Amino acid sequence: MRNKFLVLLSLLVVASVGHAGPKIERWQTANGARVFYVNAPELPIVDLRMVFDAGSARDESKPGLAGLTNSLLDEGTGKLNADQVAEQFEGVGAQYGGASLRDMAVVSIRSLSDKPILDKALDLFSKVVASPTFPEQSFQRNRKAMLVGLKVASQRPNSIASKTFYKQVFNDHPYGIDGSGTEPSLKAMTRQDVIDFHKRYYVANNAVIAIVGAVSRSQAEELANRVSAGLAKGERAARLEKVERLAAAKVKRIKHKSQQTHILVGQPGMHRGDPDYMTLYVGNHILGGSGLVSRLSDTVREQRGLAYSVYSYFSPMREDGPFMMGMQTKNSQADDALKLLNSVLKEYLEKGPTADELKRSKQNITGGFALRVDSNKKITEYIAMIGFYDLPLDYLDTFNDRVEAVTLEKIKDAFKRRINADKLVTVMVGGDK
Amino acid sequence: MRLVATLALAAVLAGSLVTPLQAKHRDGVADVRQYQLDNGMKILVKEDHRAPVVVSQVWYKVGSSYEYNGITGVSHVLEHMMFKGTKTLGPNEFSKIIAANGGRENAFTGKDYTAYFQRLHKDRLEVSMRLEADRMRNLTLDQKEFAKEVNVVKEERRLRTEDKPTSLTYEQFIATAFQTSPYHHPVIGWMDDLESMQLDDLQQWYEHWYSPSNATLVVVGDVKADHVYRMAKKHFGPIPGSDIKPVKPQRETKQRGLRRIIVKAQEEVPYLLMGYKVPVLRTAQDENDVYALEVMAGILDGGNSARLARELVRGKQIAVSAGAGYDMYDRIDNLFLFDGRPATGHSVEELEQALRDQVERLHTTLANQDELDRIKAQVVAAKVYELDSVFYQGMQIGTLETVGLSHKKLDEYVDRVRAVTPKQVQAVARKYLVDDRLTVAVLEPMKDKKEKDQPVEVKGADNAK
Repeated sequence: MRNKFLVLLSLLVVASVGHAGPKIERWQTANGARVFYVNAPELPIVDLRMVFDAGSARDESKPGLAGLTNSLLDEGTGKLNADQVAEQFEGVGAQYGGASLRDMAVVSIRSLSDKPILDKALDLFSKVVASPTFPEQSFQRNRKAMLVGLKVASQRPNSIASKTFYKQVFNDHPYGIDGSGTEPSLKAMTRQDVIDFHKRYYVANNAVIAIVGAVSRSQAEELANRVSAGLAKGERAARLEKVERLAAAKVKRIKHKSQQTHILVGQPGMHRGDPDYMTLYVGNHILGGSGLVSRLSDTVREQRGLAYSVYSYFSPMREDGPFMMGMQTKNSQADDALKLLNSVLKEYLEKGPTADELKRSKQNITGGFALRVDSNKKITEYIAMIGFYDLPLDYLDTFNDRVEAVTLEKIKDAFKRRINADKLVTVMVGGDK
Repeated sequence: MRLVATLALAAVLAGSLVTPLQAKHRDGVADVRQYQLDNGMKILVKEDHRAPVVVSQVWYKVGSSYEYNGITGVSHVLEHMMFKGTKTLGPNEFSKIIAANGGRENAFTGKDYTAYFQRLHKDRLEVSMRLEADRMRNLTLDQKEFAKEVNVVKEERRLRTEDKPTSLTYEQFIATAFQTSPYHHPVIGWMDDLESMQLDDLQQWYEHWYSPSNATLVVVGDVKADHVYRMAKKHFGPIPGSDIKPVKPQRETKQRGLRRIIVKAQEEVPYLLMGYKVPVLRTAQDENDVYALEVMAGILDGGNSARLARELVRGKQIAVSAGAGYDMYDRIDNLFLFDGRPATGHSVEELEQALRDQVERLHTTLANQDELDRIKAQVVAAKVYELDSVFYQGMQIGTLETVGLSHKKLDEYVDRVRAVTPKQVQAVARKYLVDDRLTVAVLEPMKDKKEKDQPVEVKGADNAK
């Protein structure tokens, strides 16, 4: 129900500049799933991506539960066991996938659009999502595999750094939960926990379905009905609590036997649909989001050769996701590198970008717009994201205009309001080899 | 990194039994158009008009397998230096110009190639050609820039290899399997060679290998092939070609029995690698062997229904992960790989035995038709899916041309895989998956429990100063 005039106006602008995104259609299934569809007839492929508000932010006191649940969906449905599910997908060349992020639980399928093949793949997909049997044996096996995963990660400086960073930035907020779980939590978990989690969150009102490919609108409606029909209506997951800003700076140094020290610096950033979204996005693009030509890369890598990878990003989620700067460097120069990282940020907060930097970043972002949506896969991910976060349907159509509207003053102002250099979390892992 | 890539190939073997559809889509997709400039440079163009974008890649026939002891890693360091300026451009200016034109760019070095690419709106293709032609000829190798950049590469090595136990194991494993073959060297180079690398090493490498006669331009996207050719002729045409002596074959000396190594590293869970020496498409006396090995990789690890996932991860639950893979598009003989981690309560020896039982079964028992049909179905579908990425299409064309195969081999792939029989799979198992071709590496955890990571908290606000 957006302002009609605004929508029309943006369409006009878009038409004249020629940056229209794909034509997205949206509707709702009878039991409440929100559907987003783009017709892409060029290749005989159909991509379908279902996203539930059922990521690790819903783990509550059982870290790892969302991920474990997602990983067990294709372990059995009806009379089929895991072998048979895999045989049937792969027998028609369909590619099934699942993923568990902080906000989202993702289940996806890619199939040829040839009707008998598509029917077979989608029928099975529907059952896997709606009525998995969660065999006890599979539950035990995947739980153990996650425990092994924890052991492996415990020796990886990047994993240690990332887990520590999230914990320090988000504290008791659900975003502080690590989706790979904890040893006590995984050990205490039961199959019933998985069944309950699925029952509560893998429901139609909590689902977004994105469909892209060589299917007509009416076919897409039929597909959406089919994959959602087996789901209980249920309820959309309750809104998460807001992320609190940090009260003070925190430094966490963890000794680890590695040649490099991994450094992460940051704090809570912004959310999807944030009024400052585009300003912070463009501002960060200049600071550390544009690969080899960003300020951080120029200062740390190009001018001094201190790191292979140095970057900054905002990771916008339903609530404020993190703002993060990161790099890795050999232990002996880690302290100097940290100072440098912080001085680049400080200067950026004080002075903002130059007019030339802003111009170049805008050119890069707007000139590269077509690359964002040049494959069915990317379009599928975009429309699922737009649907999941309740963004306007013209999000892509207006993308470039919103980039152009960003000014030097807006960047300076938004960074000042949103990033506080005196209240950063700093994590350093390494130094012991 | 290479192992990941190799195993990913087996994962691509995920598709179905759809001949009519395959024929249908082929009609709608343009073939690769091929041109050659007078200086020897090859131009390959594939039109794909789905989106107004283009990917442009320049591939040089040089990589770590062209290197020798003492200068290992030189191809990759040179790749980094290619962004550091020419007679007319300053350091990093290449990247700035591409960025300001809305482009994304990078480069990658492998065993058999060094390649540079840009992804752009179709209207900006000429920007990339002008810049690539410039640095093919006019690179300035500056001592100060080199001194910084070689440190960046050392950090890259620390990140990707030194602090990553599985990579470290893979590197030692490959160096054990190959004694005289240049696949012995890691792509990024040995740390000691990076330490002693000289600017002059790079200068010589650049002058010797960076020539239009040793390069292929691959363009995929919303373009007209003839137009691309004319543009390429304008920019690359004036660069003189050179006579490049072919690299020596350096064939691997015959292995005389099973090889086994242990790699100790900072790790809690053991990891196993096994590799059997096999031919690749370019070296095989009988190409059928290669397609049979490809199908064998599919039988073992072509998806979640394949034998390793079904029997080792799920059935016996000996492994938390187990993979098999084979890269048939390498330039010289390589390995048919297995890898895995044992499940809790199982030893790495048990995992090895389970994998070797799988090999034994390939020797003694014919694969059943269902398994083969599933692999073939996946191959057919995957061939369609790959059309969704212009970049991946360019990667395939460029790889094949650069290792000395024709890109036309890509068109044969599906039919050749479909023609493989259970008997052929058994025959290659018996021929190649034998102990005298096998190398085994075990990553042995050496985590000292006493020195368990101790979080040391330092509170305070002085970190921002």
